[in-house]
Amino acid sequence: MAVEVKVPTILRTYTGGDKAVPGSGGTLGEVFDDLDSRHPGIKERVVDGGDLRRFVNVYVNDEDVRFTGGLDTSLSDGDTVVILPAVAGG
Amino acid sequence: MRFDSLLDSVGQTPLVGLPRLSPSSDVRLWAKLEDRNPTGSVKDRAALAMIAQAEKDGLLRPGCTILEPTSGNTGISLAMAARLKDYRLVCVLPENTSEERRQLLRMWGAEIVSSPAAGGSNEAVRVAKGMAKEHADWVMLYQYGNPANAEAHYTGTGPEILADLPEVTHVVAGLGTTGTLMGVGRFFRETLPAVRIVAAEPRYGELVYGLRNIDEGFVPELYDPSLIDSRFSVGPRDAVRRVRELLDLEGLFVGISTGAILHAALGQAAKAVKANQRADICFVVCDGGWKYLSTGAYEGTVDDAEERLEGQVWA
Repeated sequence: MAVEVKVPTILRTYTGGDKAVPGSGGTLGEVFDDLDSRHPGIKERVVDGGDLRRFVNVYVNDEDVRFTGGLDTSLSDGDTVVILPAVAGG
Repeated sequence: MRFDSLLDSVGQTPLVGLPRLSPSSDVRLWAKLEDRNPTGSVKDRAALAMIAQAEKDGLLRPGCTILEPTSGNTGISLAMAARLKDYRLVCVLPENTSEERRQLLRMWGAEIVSSPAAGGSNEAVRVAKGMAKEHADWVMLYQYGNPANAEAHYTGTGPEILADLPEVTHVVAGLGTTGTLMGVGRFFRETLPAVRIVAAEPRYGELVYGLRNIDEGFVPELYDPSLIDSRFSVGPRDAVRRVRELLDLEGLFVGISTGAILHAALGQAAKAVKANQRADICFVVCDGGWKYLSTGAYEGTVDDAEERLEGQVWA
């Protein structure tokens, strides 16, 4: 599956400054593996062991993947993956 | 309805149907009008509950100084209550929040400390925690970790929704401190666990997420993900579009974050229609649009509005 991954400012050192990069994989975990093959080090900043890092949120088509299967979330062609640091409100 | 004082009039807000925005008579949307609270936002519930609890615990006595990191509404609620109860209030507010919020805070006598725009409310929390260490005698109610915040919704908002809409299938609310959803979520998990609890969080411009290390993000201490079923990130474009739809179709004038919440609620409605299921979806109107008029969200094209909200803490 071909998806678009939107990268937060803080992680753009891994993508040569690109705000969005293409990725491929049937699941979110596979997409991060694919990204890491072209942007070494990026996966480790988002994933810790088998889980997302505590202060990182990842959304597929605007839905938080922690409620859709985490790294096992399945993806379709044209999906948008957004990585963001967790922020407060209120 | 009669109350002994303004503070006593918090809660018991109206629930209104949205017949023109609802997809059908089987899939209906309902708005819980929290803008009808004493200072015009859902935060009156949490703010007054936190003060009441601190007084009960003996932490707050007249003359005390309250400190709170806030993007606006909680501070405004605290400022009104502080004035009536003779407390001094110091609010730490990100500098990229609307001018109306600052004016309201000053009007009720709060002192404002600005935190840097980059990092948004995360920075306000960090600055306030630093100030709390320097001023050991000040009382930080700390909405992000204060159980009284969620409790106000567990005992108030949740039961009110169920009483007015016993057939409720979904509750959709904003996720900031997480207090509303933690309280409402726990109430429904215990009383009517089939109700789906859905969170909508604002997605800001890049500036707000800051340049700090990704390991320095912030998750409120109150947050328990087991109390919600799904969570959506909504950008300013969708939020503004929905705010205008609500005005055009139902006449409701709401703040920008409520547009984001409506967007998530309509997503649930579309799913129910597709699955041919009945749904009664209640969403929380956090506040009215008054405090956001200067952001330009209510006039001109959606493109222009989206551009003007870039870099603002609009929820």
